[in-house]
Amino acid sequence: MLELRGVTYRYAGYARLVLHEVNLALRDGEIVGLIGGNDAGKSTICLVASGLAPASVGGELRGEVVIDGTPTTSLPVHALAERVVLAFQNPATQRSGVTATVFEEVALGPMNLGLPVPETIQRTRQALATLHLEHIADRDPTRLSGGQGQLVAIASLLAMRPRHVLLDEPTAQLDPEGSRLVAAALRDVAATGAALLVAEQKTDLLDGLCDRVVVVEEGRIALEGPTPDVLADERLESWGVEPPARVRISRALEGARLPTLHQLGWMP
Amino acid sequence: MIEISGLVHVYPEGTRALDGVDLHVAPGEALAIVGQNGSGKSTLVRHLNGLLRPTAGTIRIDGRDAAERKVADLAAIVGLAFQDPDQQIFAGRVRAEVAFAPRNFGLRGAVLEAAVDEALAAVGLVEMADTNPYDLGYSRRKLLAIASVIAARTPVVVLDEPTTGQDLRGTSRVRRIVGDLAAQGRTVIAITHDMRFAAETFGRIVVMRDGRVVLDGAPTVVFAESAWPVLASTYLEPPLAARVGARLGVGTTPTEAALVAALARRD
Repeated sequence: MLELRGVTYRYAGYARLVLHEVNLALRDGEIVGLIGGNDAGKSTICLVASGLAPASVGGELRGEVVIDGTPTTSLPVHALAERVVLAFQNPATQRSGVTATVFEEVALGPMNLGLPVPETIQRTRQALATLHLEHIADRDPTRLSGGQGQLVAIASLLAMRPRHVLLDEPTAQLDPEGSRLVAAALRDVAATGAALLVAEQKTDLLDGLCDRVVVVEEGRIALEGPTPDVLADERLESWGVEPPARVRISRALEGARLPTLHQLGWMP
Repeated sequence: MIEISGLVHVYPEGTRALDGVDLHVAPGEALAIVGQNGSGKSTLVRHLNGLLRPTAGTIRIDGRDAAERKVADLAAIVGLAFQDPDQQIFAGRVRAEVAFAPRNFGLRGAVLEAAVDEALAAVGLVEMADTNPYDLGYSRRKLLAIASVIAARTPVVVLDEPTTGQDLRGTSRVRRIVGDLAAQGRTVIAITHDMRFAAETFGRIVVMRDGRVVLDGAPTVVFAESAWPVLASTYLEPPLAARVGARLGVGTTPTEAALVAALARRD
């Protein structure tokens, strides 16, 4: 369980509060979607939930972030890394810059956890296989396409077998197949009992993936509930979020006084 | 006019990213390039402004071989907004970042200021002109990268995944920018994974697989049911509107508006 309790946060050097009294509980085995317009606070929630803000990026936090009963403020950064990992929005931010091959890049996380070499190799192979990256294992991690770089970043995180996972737009640069692979991998991670938070613009992806969806607007939780209810909420567009295609098409048909997708015999 | 023939690019470590691309782009055309990750989309567009040079094949821009032209000359013709804005942005202020290219192309004074203001207005960053780009969120840094190529007023604009990380408002803004650029007679080439954005914004869609062009045509051609097996071989899916239209037997409806119109006609 990963909890934000009454979290208010501002970045170092800024007077403006980016999060206001955010309460959010991610239960074990649960995948929670986080949506909202640009600059609504999604990335900040990920940073705060990971403990990296304020531990690494500074700033001022009021309230508490609690991981499996332990407040993050009582954990050093290396201990945090064993409990929760964050996939950054831009994979280039996450890349270590010290490895020569994709294989080494993915192996770096388990190595830093101090795992034995055979287990590091086994985990690395498995993470690469999960995202169908075996064919680029020997490539230079700095010379990948944007989407391949994003998959490698997620493989690096899977290889750490983290307790809980936060992902900031994990599929932004991925093709539909890459998005499907990532979604399947995230379901497997949740099945191990991890709590997952997925910040995304792609509501179509969250539609089939998440147990719950949370909407953030101007640093506050605006709505929270079961995925189908939240993604069909009429206010979504006013929050800068595009509803999933099936919702948009249903509305367009309704607006034109046409039969619904269901009545037309179309099943997803 | 951009004429690409038999273009091959092999990276130093041996990756064959382009494997014989043929593509002609007419002046003022707006086209989207789609394809799976690693299919060669970014590699292809980086040849247009000379950032990469062909291993084999040719690129002719306005009748002249790009290989004979310096990067600085090509940069005045082809403006490229990078997929990763952080590879592009370097100035300490938003306004200075946007002014960099047009100043290099010789714009000064009121003309330069006008080009910068116009570009900032197009991407909605006017109020952040004096901000440090790194104090902007990722989505705004993407828009800043796009503003820089708008301001450069190059006849050809290349946008590498312009809607990545954009919310609903940002995506509509990008759609409007593409329309405005095309209306000014500028050629727009955008790489995207967003099939809805491609179908609604561009008159032509080019599909790449393993370094080659496998489909090339209007959205009604590329998303027609007969093309689905080729799309599937690139792990792409037509937009939901096209799938629903085909299932209901109302023809190829690449956009949601086209689907509603086709169903309304049927009734």
